[in-house]
Amino acid sequence: MSKILVIAEHLDGKLNLSTARAVSAAAAVKPEAIDLLVLADAPDAIAAEAAKIDGVSRVLTVARAENAHPLAAVLAPQIAKAAAGYSHVFAPSTTFGKDVAPRVAALLGVAQVSDVMSVEAAHTFKRPIYAGNAIITVEADANHAVVATIRTASWPAAASGAGSAPIEALTIDVALPTHTRFIELKQGSSDRPDLQSASKVVSGGRGVGSKENFEIIYKFADKIGAAVGASRAAVDAGYVPNEMQVGQTGKIIAPELYMAIGISGAIQHLTGIKDAGTIVAINKDGEAPIFEIADFGLVGDLFKLIPELEQALG
Amino acid sequence: MKILVGYKRVVDYNVRIQVKPDGSGVVTDGVKLSANPFDDIALEEALRLREKGVAEEVIVVGIGPADLTSHLRNGLAMGANRAIHVVTSEAVQPLTAARVFLKLIEKEQPGLVILGKQAIDDDANQTGQMLAALWDRPQATFAGKVEIADGKATVTREVDAGLEVIETELPAVITTDLRLNEPRFIKLPDIMKAKSKPIDSIEFGSLGVDTHDHLKTTHYAAPAKRSKGVMVKDAAELVAALKQKGLL
Repeated sequence: MSKILVIAEHLDGKLNLSTARAVSAAAAVKPEAIDLLVLADAPDAIAAEAAKIDGVSRVLTVARAENAHPLAAVLAPQIAKAAAGYSHVFAPSTTFGKDVAPRVAALLGVAQVSDVMSVEAAHTFKRPIYAGNAIITVEADANHAVVATIRTASWPAAASGAGSAPIEALTIDVALPTHTRFIELKQGSSDRPDLQSASKVVSGGRGVGSKENFEIIYKFADKIGAAVGASRAAVDAGYVPNEMQVGQTGKIIAPELYMAIGISGAIQHLTGIKDAGTIVAINKDGEAPIFEIADFGLVGDLFKLIPELEQALG
Repeated sequence: MKILVGYKRVVDYNVRIQVKPDGSGVVTDGVKLSANPFDDIALEEALRLREKGVAEEVIVVGIGPADLTSHLRNGLAMGANRAIHVVTSEAVQPLTAARVFLKLIEKEQPGLVILGKQAIDDDANQTGQMLAALWDRPQATFAGKVEIADGKATVTREVDAGLEVIETELPAVITTDLRLNEPRFIKLPDIMKAKSKPIDSIEFGSLGVDTHDHLKTTHYAAPAKRSKGVMVKDAAELVAALKQKGLL
């Protein structure tokens, strides 16, 4: 039987929703147990939140001052040690999970399955390659632990609230490196919903034209309570910061409503949104590839259409 | 200081990938191959560090079949001092690639290894992190800015929450993100110059690397397609349609 260790992602004392998505993937393996591992300097509040997630058997905490920031070189030896006795180690396929999980896999001497989209069997998974233009089925060696990152857009977050998993403090006796130091995290300050987990997202592309013009996207997003994203072209042009990039090399998201405004729809952008519930495209070029995958398309000048949309909303 | 750069050849990013009808792979016959874009960025960064006087030598490393030399020549034309070609006709998985790099590191003793954050064929995003673990050295993944001074690297990383700055001792492994730099174009005289630069060939088998791959790909499929939707005529119709679906 399988026993799965899920690595919790958190920031500023709060659990990241990607963790509950990784728990969903773990549940699909139909394991005997799903344990959540919280590595932090002060894990109590995070652990309390984690304990409420449905399907979690235990929450294991490792409280060390060195764990104040998610440095892969510091976390990986602890995770590798904690992984003893588990058949699977899962982490969300976010920049956090992508950074730390391969380091854990190498310490365990095993391959990693990146971006798990579906679980076919305990050691058989589907994952995208070539920017999602092909989906492969991979079989991991059943004689070794499986280390995998979970493509968060493919999995709903496991429900939270009903669970009350026991919380246990772990002491992991392993020397930690001091060769890597955290300096700072520059976070975009925003009162808007989080791009990765929002149910509605409005994104702007090159067609928006400038940093100043992006204000029209923000304003419209605020009107409908949406998070704001952007295409790579808009980020490269300096209209918005990097953390807003949606696409293969940015964030891969699955909101209920995705509105692409002034985005032509390069393959790498479409890769990031194809799990969205409903896609709306607004573009002045009726031949833009974004219309090939949009549920609703509207051809026209965004600077004219957005005010009209706002008006129609009342 | 020497800098080792991973330089993988992949299907060009402009090629429309097609899955073979029998699900045995993707079509690669007659398809244009190019350097992995993230690896071009890695090489560019290494060259800039050499131009700043931080490094003396930039070595590009490729793992692949005999005809990979023409690809490595491109890396030399871009400006690398020399190339190492680990010759194998088998595709290698990230853990194996990391083990190969570790062997080369033992021999070359680089101060820095720069790799692309992922290759755009298998999209694994693993080799740099695995190498750093096996080497027991720092890693700075998804780099958007790199500064080397006083034996330390200060790296700004593009993470989901924003920009994270970390400092690592050297040697270290850095993996590149898209905005780190814009790779230079290769000029004709550089192609001529590259012909006389050395490519050191090493048989994969001679490195004594564990080749036991743990992952087996059993099937390839085309992704599920989203069907084309409807065009609406104006803003009012769009809002009405979204309201009807309960989305607004």
